[in-house]
Amino acid sequence: MPTRVLSSTRLRTGLLLSAVLLLATSCGWSLWDSPMTAVRPRSDLARWIDELFMLISWTTLVIFIAVEAILVYVCWRFRDRPGAPLPKQTHGHTALEMSWTIAFALVLLIIVIPTMKVIFRTQGTPADASTALHVDVVGKQWWWEFKYPELKITTANELHIPVGQTVIFSLHGPDVIHSFWVPGVAIGKRDVVPRRVNRIYMTPEVPGVYPGQCAEYCGTSHANMRFLVYVHPKEEFERWAKAQQAPPVESTDPAAQKGKEIYAQSACVGCHTIGGVSGGQIGPDLTHFGSRKTLAANMMPNTLENVARWVQNPPLVKPGALMPNLGLTGEQSKALAAYLLSLR
Amino acid sequence: MATQAAFMPGAVEKAQSTLWSWITTVDHKRVGILYGSSALFFFIVGGIEALIMRLQLAVPDNTLVGAQRFNELFTMHGTTMIFLAVMPLSASFFNYMLPLMIGARDVAFPRLNALSYWIFLSGALLLNASWFFGLAPDGGWFGYTPLTDGQFSPSHNIDFWMLGLQILGISSMLAGFNFLVTIINMRAPGMTLMRMPLFVWMSFVTQFLLILAFPAVTVALILLMFDRFFGTLFYMPAGGGDPLLWQHLFWIFGHPEVYILILPAMGIVSEVLPTFARKPLFGTAFVIFSGITIGFFGFGVWSHHMFSVGMGPVADAAFSITTMLIAVPTGVKILNWIATLWGGSLRFTTAMYMSLGFIAMFTMGGLSGVMHASPPVNLQQTDTYFVVAHFHYVLFGGSILGLFSGIYYWWPKITGRLLDERLGKWHFWIMMIGFNVTFFPQHFLGLIGMPRRIYTYAPDLGWNFWNMVSTIGSFIIAVSILIFIVNVVKTARSGRVAGPDPWDARTLEWSIPSPPPVYNFAVIPTVHGRDELWLQKYGDDHGGQRAAKPPVPSAQDIASIHMPPPSYWPILLAVALLVMVSGLMISMWQVVIGGLLTLFTMYRFALEYHRPPAGHGQ
Repeated sequence: MPTRVLSSTRLRTGLLLSAVLLLATSCGWSLWDSPMTAVRPRSDLARWIDELFMLISWTTLVIFIAVEAILVYVCWRFRDRPGAPLPKQTHGHTALEMSWTIAFALVLLIIVIPTMKVIFRTQGTPADASTALHVDVVGKQWWWEFKYPELKITTANELHIPVGQTVIFSLHGPDVIHSFWVPGVAIGKRDVVPRRVNRIYMTPEVPGVYPGQCAEYCGTSHANMRFLVYVHPKEEFERWAKAQQAPPVESTDPAAQKGKEIYAQSACVGCHTIGGVSGGQIGPDLTHFGSRKTLAANMMPNTLENVARWVQNPPLVKPGALMPNLGLTGEQSKALAAYLLSLR
Repeated sequence: MATQAAFMPGAVEKAQSTLWSWITTVDHKRVGILYGSSALFFFIVGGIEALIMRLQLAVPDNTLVGAQRFNELFTMHGTTMIFLAVMPLSASFFNYMLPLMIGARDVAFPRLNALSYWIFLSGALLLNASWFFGLAPDGGWFGYTPLTDGQFSPSHNIDFWMLGLQILGISSMLAGFNFLVTIINMRAPGMTLMRMPLFVWMSFVTQFLLILAFPAVTVALILLMFDRFFGTLFYMPAGGGDPLLWQHLFWIFGHPEVYILILPAMGIVSEVLPTFARKPLFGTAFVIFSGITIGFFGFGVWSHHMFSVGMGPVADAAFSITTMLIAVPTGVKILNWIATLWGGSLRFTTAMYMSLGFIAMFTMGGLSGVMHASPPVNLQQTDTYFVVAHFHYVLFGGSILGLFSGIYYWWPKITGRLLDERLGKWHFWIMMIGFNVTFFPQHFLGLIGMPRRIYTYAPDLGWNFWNMVSTIGSFIIAVSILIFIVNVVKTARSGRVAGPDPWDARTLEWSIPSPPPVYNFAVIPTVHGRDELWLQKYGDDHGGQRAAKPPVPSAQDIASIHMPPPSYWPILLAVALLVMVSGLMISMWQVVIGGLLTLFTMYRFALEYHRPPAGHGQ
């Protein structure tokens, strides 16, 4: 083989590549404020996880830079030079190898000990369990049901919790495995496993709206199994809870009245609950449907047009949706949508 | 096996390049080429699947492919790359190189070897046939129950996957036993275990992983098959079954599988670095025992794929510690490789580039692996693109780069011609750039909340830019693979003739002509130490004596070599098996007929060269 000296072109390419990577990293940093970021912690659990993540990141980054730097240095320093003698045939150095084996094990301790602490701190029973709010989460193909056993509220796809109070979530799964995840406040991710109730808890620290999403592949519309978490100031949460506990306000709008008729006479009632109207248990509770901002597990805004499109042909809007096409006409769909949106 | 049917290799060497000769071949080198070319074909298929996925994800709310098709694509991309590309590509090197590196004339069971290839091919065809029926598997490569059970996936999509994997499992088991026996029994005189080349060692560990890990997934798949076809409820919660049983069985296989994919590549790197540094591997014993430790620990970490399942703090802690411990032998290997380069005289061939790229990229994948070995951190990262980035750094930056290193290194031995170095370096650099542009931003995507396996995403989540970058990167990778194909085609006719030892290498396979004759070694070599060929060329480290070269064989020697004759029973047996298994989706009559055919071909295969006792002792 002809020998090849490390050319300056190669060096320059290498430098360029690292510059691009660095630039990419800093760009990445600036984008970390996006709605589903997992690295801007806004709950106690999220903070502990983030501290651990940062510790591990910096430790591994130091190792990474050291290894890559040595690698580059070695490639440059020991490149083949024309006429160079055969290198010394060293076979190893036991003491040296023992020492870096032990060094690696010691570095691991930096990571292992805090990891163990956080594991045992975050699983078990929370310190303020007696004052905690309980939420039952039910993950179904492809939407979320939220029940507040103490407050007797059932809602879907939009979870409301108060800031500064510990929330204990019990995860129930009637069909396949899902995973409950809200990165911003580190709810989860925890899998929703049929025939097994997983419990997780955390205390949100900053009010806001945090998108969440199913994180375990669960079939056709896995990508559309989204939801929103509203972290409210205390009074705002209480106001919301009161509104949800009240029966829905009947609308006098003629379109809504017609929509109610359609609802009551069609197959809708078999699956859905509307307080005082129907008691179906399969689909989402619609009692306060109009109070939600989004539709079909946070796929789109909850507007008249979207709702009409949805009730007319659900599987067309959301692939694989289990809600069937009931063959409603455009007019019927609009009326039904008007009724549903009037339920505040 | 040795004594039946004497056979003149000289005649075969010239005559046969017909289709029939390939179908009936039992020559480990030809079987290796069959494995290698199938693997490269499926690598391209899996790559095209990836490109379609990247196109779909390039922009938010895209409608290029629908939800169902996308789910099929990621299921088949994972399954294809793991079982039909990386594993068989490693198998192709096991086949071709192991006997050459240990000074043997063939593997221990040549017909069994052909059988494992044909069974592999039937499994691969069954899996991919699903595309033509519009029923491609859609349950993910990990096929979690109960989603893949009959109630939630009633059509045949999952059947293709489940049956295809079972067939592939048979093939892997056969090959695993074959190579184990080969390595233990067929080494040339003087080649003690500690004198075996590192690639042989890492392959040795890999075969143990194969034969110990595959039974777990086979059990899992058979239970699933009973659930789907015969109405049992092993995984169905409604009937008292446990969906997590699947996860445990699958990952007890699945994690060793990761090492099945990476250890052969580590073996290749451990051959390439010493050759082009012109120095022996630094701390061979440490590297070998690190490999063994990785293989051993590989069976004790499976639940780190399940931290989000809710196993409780004790299990989380235990699996976290075992997982982090694997970082120790892995780190040792990386430092030993760098120490191998230290003080060497480095020749930057394409093979060397790929191996250096392996170290650089695998380090990155290993370190991000340490991050999600910590269960709390894992909870934010698992099932996001952060994990996708991590394992592509391990599997592409690790396995694929290592295997490409092996391709550029051993290509001249296999074909007799060198690949073009200039094109090779273009291939390397473009692939490295494309790879990093594709997968590095996926770390960001994961950290800003993008889950895996979603066919679409909303435009207001801040994921648009990096997804577009990642898509562009994937097409840069595609360009580099095209350059590789051009290289192969171009050098097939006009490539430089290699000669037996183009790299001034160290191990036995370079002591014989390229490509090697059917019988490999005219005279079985006697081994005097590690790096036998180097000892023959340069003597020992102290400038001392050169090892004796093997004697020049006489025509008589060559004429008296016994090689196993070709056989068509391996392919017939594989076809019969395919008839039987695919019958499960068609009709029970086909299963019965296929089963009888399988029994018949198995019987003929087993007794093909049975001779009555009269012929005993030749």
